[in-house]
Formats: sequence, C-alpha cells, structure tokens
Amino acid sequence: MSHAATRPQLPDSSAAVAASGLMVSRGRLQVLRGLDFTVPAGRITGLLGPSGSGKTTLMRAIVGAQIVASGTVQVLGMPAGNPILRHRVGYVTQSPSVYPDLTVEANVRYFGAMHRKGKADAAEAIAAVGLEREARQKTASLSGGQLSRASLACALVARPRLLVLDEPTVGLDPVLRADLWSRFRSMAEAGTTLLVSSHVMEEASHCHMLLLLREGLLLAQLTPEELGRRGHSSDLEQAFLSIIRESGGGNGDQPPPGDPGRHQGLRGAGNDRSAR
Amino acid sequence: MDARMMLATAGRVLDQLRHDRRSIALILVVPALLLTAVYYLFENEVLPPGMPRTFDRVGLMMLAIFPFVVMFLVTSITMLRERTSGTLERLLTTPVHKADLLFGYGLAFSIMAALQSMVATAVAYWIFNLDIEGPTGYVVMIAVINAVLGVALGLLCSAFARTEFQAVQFMPVVVVPQILLCGLFVPRDRMNDVLESVSNVLPLTFSVDALQEIAAHPEATEQLWQDAGIMAAIVLAVLVLAALTLRRRSA
Repeated sequence: MSHAATRPQLPDSSAAVAASGLMVSRGRLQVLRGLDFTVPAGRITGLLGPSGSGKTTLMRAIVGAQIVASGTVQVLGMPAGNPILRHRVGYVTQSPSVYPDLTVEANVRYFGAMHRKGKADAAEAIAAVGLEREARQKTASLSGGQLSRASLACALVARPRLLVLDEPTVGLDPVLRADLWSRFRSMAEAGTTLLVSSHVMEEASHCHMLLLLREGLLLAQLTPEELGRRGHSSDLEQAFLSIIRESGGGNGDQPPPGDPGRHQGLRGAGNDRSAR
Repeated sequence: MDARMMLATAGRVLDQLRHDRRSIALILVVPALLLTAVYYLFENEVLPPGMPRTFDRVGLMMLAIFPFVVMFLVTSITMLRERTSGTLERLLTTPVHKADLLFGYGLAFSIMAALQSMVATAVAYWIFNLDIEGPTGYVVMIAVINAVLGVALGLLCSAFARTEFQAVQFMPVVVVPQILLCGLFVPRDRMNDVLESVSNVLPLTFSVDALQEIAAHPEATEQLWQDAGIMAAIVLAVLVLAALTLRRRSA
C-alpha cells in the first residue's frame, strides 16, 4: 500500500463515489449539467476547474447537502445523503466553518463529539494539521492559513472514510501546502478516499485522478499524466486550456479564441452566480 | 436524540458565551438594574390602604419578561451566525440529530436564564421587598420556561433572517406585541374583545397569568400548573417548527 502512484487503476466496483447523469439547478440556472464520473477508493481525486464551474455544488451533492434535480450519486455504496454516511464522510467547506469565539481545541472536540470521539482523537487531529501550539488559541485570532487548517482538523477528528475538501490549500504558503499534500497522500495510503477541489492546476500533479469541470460539464476524467498527454503540455494549466479549446467546438460560450490568457481563461470564464 | 451530542452542544454554546464576558454581565446585571429603575419609578406613588404597590405587580411581570426578551435576542443572533458561518451546514453533515442541536441550545440558555432570574428575583425580593404570596422557586421556574420560549422563538425566527440586522428587527414583530398584550399595561379583562382574544393565544400571557397565580396564592394552584403546561407545549411546538427550518439538503 506504500506506492500509491504505481498502483493499477481501480475498477468501478471499488469506486468510493459514482455519479451518473447528475444534474443540479439553482433557479433557472443549471449548475451541473449531467455528470458521470467515479472517484476511486483510497486515492486522491482532484476536482479542478475555474471558479464558478460547479465544484462546490458537486461536493455538496456528494455529501448530501445539495438538492439534486436528477441523476444519482452513490457514495461508499449507498445513495448520497444516507444517514449512515454522516458517520463516514467528512466535508470541509471552502470558507472555514469553525466557531471563531472558541479555541481550536474546543472546536475540534465539539465536532469530534458528534462522532463520539474524545480528547485524544482531538489532539491527534490538531497535531495532524500542525496546530498544537495554537490549540488553546481562539480561532478568531488565527491567520487565514491556520484557520483553514483548524477547519480541516474538525473533519479529520471523525476519521472519515471519504474526505471531501473544498479548496483546502487556498491562502496557504508553499511550505504548508506541501505539508498538507503529503498529509493527504499518507491518508490515502492508509485507505482514506480524498476528493480535493482546486482552481490551481499546479495542484493537479498531487492527485491520482482528476475530474476537470467547466461550466457544469465534466470535460474529462483522467490521470495527471493523461492530462499532460492529451493537452500536449507538461504544464498542466496549459494542458487544461488546450483540452477546453478542443472540447469547446460546439460550445457557444467559450472565451474568444484570441484570448488564451492563462488566468483569464481559467478564472474569468466561470459563472460567478453559481460559485458556492 | 443522543444525550451526549445534546450535552456537547449545550457545553459548546456555554463555552462560546463564557468567552464573552460582556454579554454575561449584560444578561445578569441589566434586569436587576431595570428592576431598580421600576422600583424608583413608583417609589412615591400614593396608595389607598390595602392596595398592593404597583411595583409588586409590574416588577413581578418584568421578572418573566426579561428572560424572554434577552434569550430571544441572544438566540436569534447566535443561531443566525451559525447559519451564515457555515457551521450549521457542517454540523448537519455529521450524525448530530436536529433535536440534539435545538435542545442543546435550549439547555444552555435555560441555564443562563435561571441564573439571570435568580439574580433579578433576589434583587426584587431582598432589596425591594417584592410582596408575593407564593414561593420564589416558582417565579424562577416560570422565568426559565419563558427563557426557553424566547430561545425557541429565536431559533425559529433566525430562519427568516438573512442578516443580524434583520434578526434584530424580529423583536418588534414577535416580542413587543406579547409585552403589550400580556396584561402589563392594561389588565386583560379590560381590553376590547379583539385585543383580548389575541392576548389569549400569545404565549407570554400564560406566564404572566402564572406569575399572578404565584403572587396571589401561598401554594401552587391548578391554574399555575395549567399555565406552565400550556407554555411547555407551546415551547415544544415552536421547537418542532424550528427543527423544520433546519434542512440537511438545500438548493
């Protein structure tokens, strides 16, 4: 189990998440427009796409917090939202959802209590995100990066089998980001399935599998290596852009061909209203 | 229902409050100060012999109204924060039962309310010689039921507010009519029929009624228990409505 990268691709039967025809609309806006994909168990799957592409909505659908218009999502062998899954799925929202007027420790212990976890589990989760020294500090006094790690600890304490993380590395410095990715890798090696969203394509290389999302459609499900091949670039952001251009033939709402600017192409094209 | 999760929630809410010394001071001290003001307001009234002091009537009712108002405000803001900060959504993805959350809130704030009404009742009793027939323990009991009513209504109203500003605006809508019509300003039997029948179904009316029973009788009366029972039923009904506003799935 130690060489995650060399493991063969797992068949569908061991998928931690399997979605088919997943559609979500918010008002008249179609946020997810019929997605079919699988998330392999015990691996890190990256959910990548520009802001507003529906990443958060997709994650909410998996944790069962999203009303789904049609299609199915199976999570760990049962329909998303099944009460049993609340014991097995951890979710960390993009904006840190912790109590600012409580200490890190009190936050982690409270969320732990919802999973019948005690003091030792809380201490372990705090250590896992490297906040031992801040454990007795109120979360309101933490820096942005510390705050998002505190939020992560509140999910880790439950030892979930599937961990859904919405942009966990935003605002972290490079050292912390590397730390966090190595933490994710060791969790995956221990059998946890991780689904991690990001709008930074560099992070794709840390994942075993990628889901490329754009405007509510799944552009591709592939490994980082395949992304590089298909996008004809070892720069994964360039590769993503070229996949968008390839797939975008019939799609009217593409960025103009004369505007391949990296960040605009990735971040500007999304629909801000759906960014949740 | 899981008692441990409920207790963890109550503990967490109290822990949040514990870090907020100023709010604790306001909760505990302000009712006593206002009672003092009411006492001196009626200090020089001239009473015909045998007529009870206005303070005995108004002061007693205020003992029921304070915890209701304060807990309504505190709860609606706290719960609104919980909704807007994402902690509620996060909690609802955990195995916690909605009832654990709501009763946890109810428990935490009733402890605060009990402390508050003990301070206020002690001041009314020992400093201003509030003159009532019945035991003070019942006054505190009614105050706590009122506080839980405030908690329940606050939990419910927070669902209809998007911002803290809106949440505060629910006070004139939900709280003030009950104070106007509970019998504090005009005895209920002297209201016109429309107002009296509205007053008859407002929860606060029952607690004022109950307090008047305590004031008039040395022992607990059947009427007192009936009022307390109706209050408890209303609290439960409002908590159920509040539970319906907690959605695990949303659009």
